[in-house]
Amino acid sequence: MANPYGPKADPGPPGLAAKLLGFCEELRGEGVAVGTSEILDAFAALEHVPWTSQADFREALATTIAKSQDDRRVFELLFDRYFFRAAEAEAVMREIGERGEGEGGEAGAASERLDIDELREQIREAMMAGDEDAMRDLARLAIAAFGRGEGSGVVGVDVQRIRRTLGLTAGNQPPTEDGQELPPIDRSQLNKFERHLRRELERDLIERTETLPPSRPLAELDRALPTSPTQDLAAVHRAVGQMKRRLATLGHEQRGRKQAGHVDVRRTMRASLETGGVPLRLKFRPKRPRRPEIYVLCDVSTSVTSASVFFLSVLHALHDSFRKLRSFVFIERISEVTDVFEHERDFAVVAQKISSEGGVADISGYTDYGRVWLEFLTEISDELDPRSTVIVLGDARTNGREPHAEVFAQIAERAGRLFWLNPEPKLYWNYGDSVMAAYERYCDGAFECWTTRHLENFVNVVAGGTPVTE
Amino acid sequence: MADNSVNEVKDALAEVGYLADEPAALVSFLAQKLGKPVLVEGPAGVGKTELAKALSRATGRELVRLQCYEGLDEAKAMYEWNYRKQLLRIQSGGAEGSWSEVQDDIFGEEFLLTRPLMQAIASPEPVVLLIDEIDKTDQEFEAMLLELLSDFQITIPELGRIEAKTMPIVVLTSNDSRELTEALKRRCLYLWLDYPAVEREMEIVRLHAPELDETLARRLVEVVGMVRALDLKKPPSIAESIDWARTLLLMGAEDIDRETFNQSMSILVKHRTDIDLVAERVGMKLGESVRPQG
Repeated sequence: MANPYGPKADPGPPGLAAKLLGFCEELRGEGVAVGTSEILDAFAALEHVPWTSQADFREALATTIAKSQDDRRVFELLFDRYFFRAAEAEAVMREIGERGEGEGGEAGAASERLDIDELREQIREAMMAGDEDAMRDLARLAIAAFGRGEGSGVVGVDVQRIRRTLGLTAGNQPPTEDGQELPPIDRSQLNKFERHLRRELERDLIERTETLPPSRPLAELDRALPTSPTQDLAAVHRAVGQMKRRLATLGHEQRGRKQAGHVDVRRTMRASLETGGVPLRLKFRPKRPRRPEIYVLCDVSTSVTSASVFFLSVLHALHDSFRKLRSFVFIERISEVTDVFEHERDFAVVAQKISSEGGVADISGYTDYGRVWLEFLTEISDELDPRSTVIVLGDARTNGREPHAEVFAQIAERAGRLFWLNPEPKLYWNYGDSVMAAYERYCDGAFECWTTRHLENFVNVVAGGTPVTE
Repeated sequence: MADNSVNEVKDALAEVGYLADEPAALVSFLAQKLGKPVLVEGPAGVGKTELAKALSRATGRELVRLQCYEGLDEAKAMYEWNYRKQLLRIQSGGAEGSWSEVQDDIFGEEFLLTRPLMQAIASPEPVVLLIDEIDKTDQEFEAMLLELLSDFQITIPELGRIEAKTMPIVVLTSNDSRELTEALKRRCLYLWLDYPAVEREMEIVRLHAPELDETLARRLVEVVGMVRALDLKKPPSIAESIDWARTLLLMGAEDIDRETFNQSMSILVKHRTDIDLVAERVGMKLGESVRPQG
């Protein structure tokens, strides 16, 4: 009998314990910190939970192993995949299949009579209702109709092909031929349907080939973040949320009782006991950290058009997370837009307001970094102190104008930290009119940033406290 | 509380007025079985603190609560020496007692002021210990908690180790405003509470405002759901749904139309920009959907 795991992987000893360990191993592979103590907890928890109930089993594992929401998301994805694969492997071992005469024949016959339009309607309804079971059945039906035979063999390609054949797209729907308005399809619902398609295709493939395909790291599949500049806001918000939490813990390590503040009477008295009630040694209250003050400068000129939507959404998300945040947009001149963000919650309106009344009204439409620094220095720099963080979002393309790097250096000196996020790949820095190098040496860190992934990287570096300047 | 199965825990919690969903019931059950602390995270107002209170009611245990805040230190959380009393002791007995006697004496339990954590450990009866909003403290405080959370003991340099006489149920809550340390998470069971589904929230609202008509309750919960779906600074919590339900009862409202909504909206939404947004988005919808019926 063929080994369903393929030649390389070791199936390990049978039994639930081995499966669980394998599962934890996969979780670790995806970056979830599963320690031995977590595994022991999981086993202890499972002793008290009937393993026949999937919900309880899953929850008991999740509560002991996945210790944050991000971990939980990975856990959910892996749990489904891992135990699905485990079950399929078992099925292949025991030569249990669904293909045979029963369902396969039926579906094959049905496919000839199947009306694409009708199927599409049913899928649409199932997606609207969020009915997972119906979606699964319909996915199987769709595969039976146009999945077999002409399949490319690559699951991801087939999923998209079937989706296109069915004419399913997210967002607003074109009206039907008889002029009926159709409700828009929710992106997440469509994703769910695609997931069902993928799973059924995989199941199909496993049955046909009687081997399990090598499991790929999650990052390639479901965890991948959108990579186009027009990011979905949710991903940006997530990354910024993470940044907020990191920044909140940041700087704590430098605090301690050594930094003198007010005298702590209680502790001084307590210490005075050792000297017979004479307060020889003063004890001080630890200093409270001040909230981080953040200044964000965002380039909204034409050279960064594609990235400014992303940048504005970053700004938008930052405003949700930090109270002491002042934001500026600039092209030739600088303009404070903190108010716009504070009074307007809707991102589309914010973007529109900034473009219409941002006050960066310019003559040429070309960025003038030098002038921007000068204006920023005269207007704002009095308020900068070592605790403030300045973040610049821009491409450092000066259009041949004076870069005024020495002014920038002054800003960098007054601010505690200065970061630069550049929407261009590092390869293009300093080519043409880009003067990134002139500014870069004054930054605590300069990063290429045009996807949420880069943003996360930025957050990580900032949190790690190791500025990367190369 | 008979804690033999998940469902029994769930029922017991329901009896004291807390409708737990499946994960919450399971984690509460496991917490008692395994004797491990529970870390509850989630947005504000989904009943994290309430879970601890309900556990204390359901188990008939006393609730010991430690509210965390920035700058909380061990003197306020664990124990403190009663230095006034110690001084008095030194001064009053200075003449006759030998020095070592006094020294042993002033670091006795008599001079110890217990704070919530010590109180939970030293209690002769088992308690429920609630450490509320742990994310508000700093990391040093978390580290200090580790000994307590894993071994249920506190070490006092002058006195030695104080071990728990009974096993407390420990519940930590966090609003997720900062990342907690791995070490702390490792010692806890993790529970994420989110806004409840329509059905469950309806049950909760009707449990706390029993006179509310069922269709009205459903409508209310749906409207709250609509409000939460907006991108608000502070989405309405479950407690606010309940408050709103009671307000509607007081107002004698029979249906939620635009007018009642605008009048009572301030119960749900408490931020000026949020109010504008909600009035614009949700208020409008209500007008449209109600008129054809009435």
